[in-house]
Amino acid sequence: MRRYLLLASTAALIAFASAASATTLDDVKKKGFVQCGVSQGLKGFSSPDDKGGWTGIDVDLCRAIAAAIFGDPEKVKFTPLSAKERFTALQSGEIDVLSRNTTWALSRDTALGFDFRGVIYYDGQGFMVRKSSGVKSAKDLDGASVCVLMGTSTSLTLADYFRSNNMKYEPITFEKDDEVVAAYESGRCDTYTTDRSGLYANRLTLKDPQENIVLPEIISKEPLGPVVRHGDNQWGDIVSWTLYTMLNAEELGLNSGNVAGMRESDNPEIRRVLGTEGKFGEGMGLSDDWAYNIIAKVGNYAEMFDRNVGKDSPLGIPRGLNALYTQGGIQYAPPIR
Amino acid sequence: MRTQAFWNDPRIRAWFFQILAVLVVGGFIAIIVTNTVDNLNALNVASGFGFLQHTAGFGISQTLIEYSESSSYGRAFLVALLNTLLVAGIGIFFATVVGFLVGIARLSPNWLVARLATVYIETFRNIPLLLQILFWYTAVLSNLPAPRNSLEIGSLLMNNRGLYLPAPVGEPGFGFVVAAFFIALLGIVFLRHWSQRRRIATGRGLPIMWPSLGLLFGLPLITFWLAGAPLHFEVPELRGFNFVGGLRAIPELLALVLALSIYTAAFIAEIVRSGIQAVSWGQSEAAQALGLRRTQILRLVVIPQALRVIIPPLTSQYLNLTKNSSLAAALAYPELASVFAGTVLNQTGQAIEVLTITMAVYLGLSLLTSAAMNFYNSRIALVER
Repeated sequence: MRRYLLLASTAALIAFASAASATTLDDVKKKGFVQCGVSQGLKGFSSPDDKGGWTGIDVDLCRAIAAAIFGDPEKVKFTPLSAKERFTALQSGEIDVLSRNTTWALSRDTALGFDFRGVIYYDGQGFMVRKSSGVKSAKDLDGASVCVLMGTSTSLTLADYFRSNNMKYEPITFEKDDEVVAAYESGRCDTYTTDRSGLYANRLTLKDPQENIVLPEIISKEPLGPVVRHGDNQWGDIVSWTLYTMLNAEELGLNSGNVAGMRESDNPEIRRVLGTEGKFGEGMGLSDDWAYNIIAKVGNYAEMFDRNVGKDSPLGIPRGLNALYTQGGIQYAPPIR
Repeated sequence: MRTQAFWNDPRIRAWFFQILAVLVVGGFIAIIVTNTVDNLNALNVASGFGFLQHTAGFGISQTLIEYSESSSYGRAFLVALLNTLLVAGIGIFFATVVGFLVGIARLSPNWLVARLATVYIETFRNIPLLLQILFWYTAVLSNLPAPRNSLEIGSLLMNNRGLYLPAPVGEPGFGFVVAAFFIALLGIVFLRHWSQRRRIATGRGLPIMWPSLGLLFGLPLITFWLAGAPLHFEVPELRGFNFVGGLRAIPELLALVLALSIYTAAFIAEIVRSGIQAVSWGQSEAAQALGLRRTQILRLVVIPQALRVIIPPLTSQYLNLTKNSSLAAALAYPELASVFAGTVLNQTGQAIEVLTITMAVYLGLSLLTSAAMNFYNSRIALVER
């Protein structure tokens, strides 16, 4: 029933909220923390740990936003949302930013009243099957039962893929990630589809991860990124430039370990990022050391990636498309100047 | 007579306050609506019902009418609505049958039967429905073997993808058999009328039980034989991952029907028991004194009076069952709350429209059910002269 309460309260909020409200930044400063919508548990992106804290790249982005505004990465509160609830939660103002492995797509950007503010992770949809099924390619999946998350672009891509390959399938849709995984594990479905990062993450939770393989086909573009409400450009800029700062920091060789010393650097680019030269925070309503705080308190993009999904995490996903453009990937941030 | 100031006239006052109340409520609604529209426009959120014509693009696992990914959201809505009606219909049927049996069993003079019925009722109505649904789905049905190792009971197949039966497929000429069945039904109605008239005229009825059964089974069977057995069965066969062909009930439907009917039957059983106990013992004694047989006492005296007590609370159990079917969102059964208020809502983002439609549908279903039950109730109600 909780989701109906949420939906009903959303409808009520939309009905009663005054059309002209203060900017999101003012609201956030007034209440003293950033309210950030995350997933209910996707390893590497946003998942609660046994100490009640949250980890993941989506979570770290929220912490970086809080660091930029307050200089304190802990001034953030997380709202776990199902795929189904996430958009209404943002529309209604229940959260300030949605950082929940959400795919950037035209209809979401335009019809829902949102702005996507950059790409934190370039992903693509794939399939996982049991080794014992003998399936080697997604083309062998004709007639299969497919477990998929309800209300995601994943289910649309799935439909397109089977239709364009003239194959039949039976979609079994659940509202929560762990329900999908449980149904796959129980044998209700022959294959489980979601973004490949999610497949790798959820494979770890299966009883016997080695008995399951991710098929080679990547059937979609899934640029995952943070989402804000359309119309408050100042807030959107803060979110965008928080992400860009982390990318620029990696490119410039700044990380949480060396950033304090780098304040004395002679490199003009580094001096601009760290706020020793110019006043770049001003335009967003932030202090001049906003970028310094992000890097010092949360780290650069590489640190965030490696500890959550990359080589220092159980997922061990290679950088691939998410490497910097200088290293064969497509992550590229506009310069801070 | 003293002339009264018009503001002291109770009728004018009553009118004044009623109009005031209407204006306040109406104004309140108008403010909400305009504010909502303003906010939606300000947020740049699409509104209106045009989305129902847009392409849905997602698949649905159980479709009673033709549906594909290129169908519209409106079509997806219909598919979901029919799935809701299907589960509600089957659930109401089984809940009623089981509920009546258990309710009568609870009054049985046999100690064991009565206790078993009590245990059934107290167990199933005291466990939350959602848990029962999840129990049937995850603890029972998903532990069935994979399609390759299906359980076979006669021509019935069971595996973790559902329950499969051979599907009867009519060949040309099967229409005659169907027609014969309906003719037999008409014949039975006629027979009953005739018997009734004769009983009133002469005091002696005709035996109707056996001729009716003979008519019901005999006529269609003879036609079937005469038309050259125009029917064959399509047997499900394993092709690739799943069985293809035949009749299939997906495990989500099975779990939902099992949980809903077992849960609701426990309530119906108590309603039936209370209904029967509400008919005073004197009625049965009087009927015995008139020389009616035991079955006649039940059929002609006790049940008609018990039904008057049973029908109104039974109606609300039917409504509960229909509304509870929305718990299917917890498993993958594609009914209204899950497909329309779930997937469609998420894809279009039009929460207000989608939720309004969904609520209106549940409200409409409930009102229809209760109208039908009220009609039935008024037919069997005590007619006072």
